[in-house]
Amino acid sequence: MCLGVPGKVLSISEDGLSAQVDFFGVRRELRLDIVDEPVQPGDYVLNHVGFAIRRIPPGEVQETLALFDQILKEAAAGDLMAEDVRGEMAAGKEGGRG
Amino acid sequence: MASSSEELKFRDPGKARALTEALAREVEAIGRSPVSVMHVCGSHEQAIARFGLRAAFPRALDVIMGPGCPVCVTDTPEVDEAVALAAQGARVCTYGDMLRLPGTSKSLADAQADGGKVEVIYSVSQAVELAKQRPAEQVVFFASGFETTAVATAAVILAGVPENFSVLSSHKYVPAAMDVVSEMEETNIEGFIAAGHAATITGWGIFEPFARRTGAPVVVAGFEPLDVLAAVVELVRLVRLKRPEVMNCYPRCVSKEGNRPALEKLWKVFDVVGGNWRGIARVPRGNLDLKPEWDHLNARRRFRIDTAAVGGAERNVLAERCICGSIMSGLAKPSDCKLFGKECRPETPVGACMVSSEGACKIWHVYGGQPDLREVA
Amino acid sequence: MAGEKVALKHGAGGRAMRALIEDVFLALASPVDGIGLAALDDGAAIRVGDRWLVITTDSHVVHPIFFPGGDIGRLSVSGTVNDLAMMGATEPLGLTCAVILEEGFPRADLERIRDSMLTASREAGAPIVTGDTKVMGRGEIDGVVLNTTGVALADRVVSDAGLRVGDRIIVTGTVGDHGMAVMTQRHQLGLQGDLRSDVAPLNGLVRAALRAGGDELVAMKDPTRGGLASVLHEMAGKAKVGIVLDEPAVPVNAEVRAACEVLGIDPLVVANEGKAVIGVRPGAADRVLAALRAHPLGRRAAVVGTAVAERPGQVILDTGLGRRLLAEPEGEPLPRIC
Repeated sequence: MCLGVPGKVLSISEDGLSAQVDFFGVRRELRLDIVDEPVQPGDYVLNHVGFAIRRIPPGEVQETLALFDQILKEAAAGDLMAEDVRGEMAAGKEGGRG
Repeated sequence: MASSSEELKFRDPGKARALTEALAREVEAIGRSPVSVMHVCGSHEQAIARFGLRAAFPRALDVIMGPGCPVCVTDTPEVDEAVALAAQGARVCTYGDMLRLPGTSKSLADAQADGGKVEVIYSVSQAVELAKQRPAEQVVFFASGFETTAVATAAVILAGVPENFSVLSSHKYVPAAMDVVSEMEETNIEGFIAAGHAATITGWGIFEPFARRTGAPVVVAGFEPLDVLAAVVELVRLVRLKRPEVMNCYPRCVSKEGNRPALEKLWKVFDVVGGNWRGIARVPRGNLDLKPEWDHLNARRRFRIDTAAVGGAERNVLAERCICGSIMSGLAKPSDCKLFGKECRPETPVGACMVSSEGACKIWHVYGGQPDLREVA
Repeated sequence: MAGEKVALKHGAGGRAMRALIEDVFLALASPVDGIGLAALDDGAAIRVGDRWLVITTDSHVVHPIFFPGGDIGRLSVSGTVNDLAMMGATEPLGLTCAVILEEGFPRADLERIRDSMLTASREAGAPIVTGDTKVMGRGEIDGVVLNTTGVALADRVVSDAGLRVGDRIIVTGTVGDHGMAVMTQRHQLGLQGDLRSDVAPLNGLVRAALRAGGDELVAMKDPTRGGLASVLHEMAGKAKVGIVLDEPAVPVNAEVRAACEVLGIDPLVVANEGKAVIGVRPGAADRVLAALRAHPLGRRAAVVGTAVAERPGQVILDTGLGRRLLAEPEGEPLPRIC
């Protein structure tokens, strides 16, 4: 659990309660009752059972790929330097990642 | 972001290979077997199985599926309640996952074959629409799923529903799954993979006390193949370094505090209560039920539900031999169960693990457990 | 069959339906000079002189009866023409059409269905030669049920059991189109997009493949209910070979893929009504593929798999990231939330 699928907001309803969302081949209306931040057309959202449960911040692909690269670098490196770098990253990015 | 081509960045075979190799190095550096970690999310099991990742995990690494499938942990009396309501003439709306879950003697699919009004829906808002369209009927929403799904139920209730609509809540609270397993003495789970979409709602901060208390690191993982692989690499690294920390490997969806608007709505409508999880017996803080101020929408208060009429009073002999509880706690594998593949198969399921698309037994049966497929063709 | 009552899953084309047929209906079989009931193939083939008389029958109960890309009329003609074609009989002599209507069924809908049947019949060159009409009371049947039976003569019968180790598996186009188009309409799932059934008569396409492949075209089946997964299991089981399926090679329309992602459904188990799965000897793969791609209905044809000696009866999916066993579908695919 749970199936969550990303889509791109095409338009917002007049009352602001729902959005037309594009899932790269099909569209669906999603409710906006429980999304964590206000959304605009062009935003990406995570869909679960017809509700947007997260506004996915722009630039997250790059952030995630950078995370994967960091994990690769650190894995079994046995390298104290890498540990320090990670510690710094965690401390410095607490606000950004959170 | 996620146009189809960009999504492929999270499925890139080259990166997957690099992460798999890193994982092998990490496990080898620990130097013993097995290294046991657990995930508590059916969709993680789906992702692992769907992309064939288990064939790529090192043999010394055991990635166990814990009790994180809401279908698997839904106890038979709850299914009996839904079946009974269908038998009593209500229109019961359910997510597809729960349709074939056996109760004591029947599933909702059986109730449908018997002439009951059972609807498979994709979103709870469809159930509300149905209630509006059919004012003369009682429409009951069989509310399954963890907190990720419960927030949608809360949202429709707060937005207003017609009088003929009610909720039979079978929602569960996933952090209890990790608590339950870590409290079992027999298990030796060294690290946990937290459910990424539930954490989208609750935030990852709630795992910090758990990691401190148990000494087990927790990673929050997404559901694309690279998400899962990277998180497992990170988890094994934290296990190796003996660092009981929480690491968020799904930052695009998960923050420390979680989704505040959703959480506010959730706790306006639901309380965490104790209940029985199928195969695990009493779980003190694992169920979500409607708060007393919503009694008028609670199907358990609105109706006298006659579960005895649908076999609720009978003894289910096969179910007593089912070991789903041990399987879900990582104490046994599906192949350890005497019923597996014989009396208990997808078309004739005994335990919930065989019904759910992500139940360990279903996945082992359907995907062949952990076959070594490396040498084929 | 476990239990005393028939359930919906028994009509869904997967293991449960096969079990019902084997447990209940196989007892009807008696020996024929050719392929009879016991073979559980798409149709029967009975020797007449030095040729084969191929017969097939199908009942159509699809809901909704009108869907994007087609309707029950087009489906009934195409389905039967295709079953004949899957056995190598690409020139139907004639089709029958028996219709059972519910009292109150709109005449305009009936005429729309008739028009679709006529169009499909002409596309296939398969005349409708006789029929039957019944009406049942309101509520005694759901709208309309169509049964079509098709008859053709063939020089060679192609079964679904002919695979050998090393053979290649071709699918004639994109998978999942029909099932997703119908499902999204039926359950009011609120998905909008160009989801359209692929329903079409395939005898012309198959004729082209047979001309190109000759005797090296060794197995054929159309992936209707249960989808590609179901057909591959049948072919693997009957021929006692394993099949390795190259998942990235399977053509899927973007709309279908998106709908499947949103609903948590695997396109490999979704029904098709305008596609064929063809097994060929390795030397014939290229020319059969070329012949298919030259035909309007085969433009997206692709080689997607290979028959292997390991794991006979099973289908191994190569996902590009790892391997797993592909499940035999159980009952109708359902949208899931988890």
